[in-house]
Amino acid sequence: MTIAVIVYPGTNCEHDIVHALDLAGADSELVWHRDTDLAGADGIVLPGGFAHGDYLRTGAIARFSPIMEAIAQLAHEGVPTIGVCNGFQILCEAGLLPGAFVANRGLKFICAPTHVRVESIDSVLTRGAYIGQVLRLPLNSYEGNYVADDINKIESEGDVTLRYCNAGGSIDVSANPNGSTNSIAAVASTSRNVVGIMPHPERACEEILGSSDGMVLLEGFIASTEMPLS
Amino acid sequence: MTTPRVPDHIRLGMTDDEYQIIVEILGREPLDAELAMYSVMWSEHCSYKSSRTHLARFTSDQPWVVVGPGENAGVVDLGDGWLAALRIESHNHPTYVEPYQGAATGVGGILRDIFTMGARPVALWDPLRFGPLDEPHNRYLFEGAVSGIAGYGNAVGVPTLGGEVEFADRFSKNPLVNVMALGILKREQLVLSAASGEGNLAILLGNATGRDGIGGASILASASFEEGDEEKRPSVQVGDPFEEKKLIEACLELYDRGLVVAIQDLGAAGISCATSEIAGNGGMGMEVDLDKVHLREGDMTPGEILMSESQERMLAVVTPENEADVLAVARKWEIDASTIGVITRGPDLVVYSKGELVCEVPAASLADDAPRYDRPSQRPGYLDEAWAEEPQIPIGLDAGDVLRTLLDDPAIGDRSWIFRQYDHMLFLNTVIAPGHDGSLLRIKGTKKGVAVSTDGDSLRIYLDPRRGSARIVFESALNVAVTGAAPYALVDNLNFGNPEVPGVMWQFIESVEGLAWACEELDVPVVGGNVSFYNQTDGVDIYPSPVVGMLGFCDPMPEHPPRLDRAREDMTVWLVGEDARHDFAASAYDRIINNNLGGRPVDVDGGEARRVIAAAVMLAYETPLLHDISIGGLAVALAEISIISGVGMTIEGVSGRELFDETPLRFIAVTHADRLDTDEPHRRIGTIGGNTLDFGEAGVLSVAEATDIWRNALSGRMAGRSTESTQRSPDA
Repeated sequence: MTIAVIVYPGTNCEHDIVHALDLAGADSELVWHRDTDLAGADGIVLPGGFAHGDYLRTGAIARFSPIMEAIAQLAHEGVPTIGVCNGFQILCEAGLLPGAFVANRGLKFICAPTHVRVESIDSVLTRGAYIGQVLRLPLNSYEGNYVADDINKIESEGDVTLRYCNAGGSIDVSANPNGSTNSIAAVASTSRNVVGIMPHPERACEEILGSSDGMVLLEGFIASTEMPLS
Repeated sequence: MTTPRVPDHIRLGMTDDEYQIIVEILGREPLDAELAMYSVMWSEHCSYKSSRTHLARFTSDQPWVVVGPGENAGVVDLGDGWLAALRIESHNHPTYVEPYQGAATGVGGILRDIFTMGARPVALWDPLRFGPLDEPHNRYLFEGAVSGIAGYGNAVGVPTLGGEVEFADRFSKNPLVNVMALGILKREQLVLSAASGEGNLAILLGNATGRDGIGGASILASASFEEGDEEKRPSVQVGDPFEEKKLIEACLELYDRGLVVAIQDLGAAGISCATSEIAGNGGMGMEVDLDKVHLREGDMTPGEILMSESQERMLAVVTPENEADVLAVARKWEIDASTIGVITRGPDLVVYSKGELVCEVPAASLADDAPRYDRPSQRPGYLDEAWAEEPQIPIGLDAGDVLRTLLDDPAIGDRSWIFRQYDHMLFLNTVIAPGHDGSLLRIKGTKKGVAVSTDGDSLRIYLDPRRGSARIVFESALNVAVTGAAPYALVDNLNFGNPEVPGVMWQFIESVEGLAWACEELDVPVVGGNVSFYNQTDGVDIYPSPVVGMLGFCDPMPEHPPRLDRAREDMTVWLVGEDARHDFAASAYDRIINNNLGGRPVDVDGGEARRVIAAAVMLAYETPLLHDISIGGLAVALAEISIISGVGMTIEGVSGRELFDETPLRFIAVTHADRLDTDEPHRRIGTIGGNTLDFGEAGVLSVAEATDIWRNALSGRMAGRSTESTQRSPDA
């Protein structure tokens, strides 16, 4: 079982994801964006960073990288695929997830711990968590403010996977760090095997780093690569 | 009307005497491009001509020093084959001209110094000095610089773990932006910048060469500012963190595969500096063909190509057999590369353009033959007057009221407005994050940890350059010690005014003496540094501002290093160190409450420094919370503990005056136990609990109000809110 970690020029969280997956007992392999073959990958991670410098618009150039066709094909076949931060932005630009990102409310980059509440466990990322569970995960983005034209459809179909909340789990404006619509922090595809998450689960993989709450998500993802969601 | 023609060398910032030295070296008049190269390489910024004599005072002969000053970065041994590379630089003048790009390219430059050594850069720190934030233009400069650091550092993928900040009037027209970087590498990855092997090739990697930044080192960094200097803006380079990120990965792959003989980054003076240094360092020569350089603009003159300071470029020396592989690695990482030269037996650097000889000079002469000046120095007259202005501190002060004012100072209040903009978590090494005394990183796969603290104290140093400078060394040592790391190596950035002013030169010499002495007392090698002179605008010199970056090292790292958020009900509060010695010169109390800057800082004993720092390191392994006492004294340190831990405390037997005393080499310990296991002088001063900072007869302040003031001090000012009254934030 191998997880493909996609590396675009400008990606910078690839080694961190590999480290966290390794702690969770999964093998992973870095795949360069110019490759076109993902044969044998049981799961795909698009890590955080600044793919192609985030020039033009985050993810806008990455969606044309040669590897994208293979990612889309496997995603459509049901292979568990997650995008973290910049990876989430790329999945949106590539049309594999709904919505898009704009600059944070306040127009400043935010690197800070944040709390999220699990809204749905029907996804390859949250299957190991429970509804209402509060996780402490670091945020690290300038364009983390989620927007979508079809927000009502996303909400009504239960695609929202995580929302920003305060430490006690309640959701209000003061607990929304970046102005994200409906405090959305993670969204799943209708098929549930593609998930984008704005905070970084891999940055919360060991207590010495301040939190190990991200492991429940990464372990759920790894389990999904072995056994599909029912 | 005719105006007398200014000779080229004067226009380029050289003196007649310096021109004569060039004529003697070459045995003829220099060609245009040669003169341009000497002018930049012999500028103050590149040649250290006014400081070299004095920098010899620093020592770095400890056995754990692998590479001392002179290379791109200092390197020390962390055991088991692990090395750390560290370096500090300034980007002061570019930041005043264009704050975002000035600060951003400072980050880019220091990173290249680190990965030039073969190390992956793992962290950055940014000490900042700006004018008071009540001035809108200072807010513009400060906001721009922080954005530039964040914009470049985040995108290039190197975490920024903090820094420190001072606001004072003399930085309004001459802000200081220093940047320190740390790299970690295995011994076999170490690469040096000395070319060898006649016939080896010089390959230029990275960005295309353009007209940006021409003369940056000589025009911006080596002269004072005057009105109308906006026209110097074209001398500021523009950074591209994406290009740098690709360059880092490409270079690290080249090292991994053993494809380079030597490598040198292109910084000040661009190709002329890199080619002459890499050849000169190896005792070799080089023949360069400028027609091979990949250019951004086609019609550049040879002088422009040689002097361009376009960012994100490296020069690698490789064997002819490896040329194809090196070019293939460059292609893979999508960076440009061109073979521009060949190593010769030397000693000359020979440069051709369009088949014509444009330069033929001894390679080493550019770097080594620069004049050295022992400039006149004189104790400045302001000192006697300032020393006479003794701080007046009332015995019966109200500690609550004073704290309200001090916590509202933007250099004392919460600085998360700055570091929230920096990615400070990438690489999963950050154990102690910004907002503490020192930052602590783990080295994955080992039990080792490295800590860093950057420190400066320009106003205290203004009052006594020698004592003040020694104190920042001890301060930074204590800051790393409270994380559990022992001081291990130091880099310094010496920011001073115009060295042609004897009073400034005196400050510089005294400061170097203080730094060197303190480092010797702690047995800490000075493995690198940077000198930034000519920080003078409209005839006003900045406060003397040496800034140190201390590297601490621990093996094993404490399992639970002390943190400021670990105070809990019923814990005991201890004060460790000698009794306060009435040290109020340049204290927060005297500056902010009295609006005075006077008196003389107390002297510090080297033996005491060693003992206190060793005690802190030892206690860090078994104590939940340690906190250094510095700006604002004991009161501010205690308030920070209460604010960050979210719990009050009752303090007994400390007078109001003693609460704000800034006597150095003291720290706070907070423990579960009713005893503190240390041989250093210590006394129990209170208990954690309640929701007020209760100083007994000296005064009281609620933790909620302290928190509110502290959180708004910097962020409120940057939001442009009135600084007259502190406003409440909605979630406080």
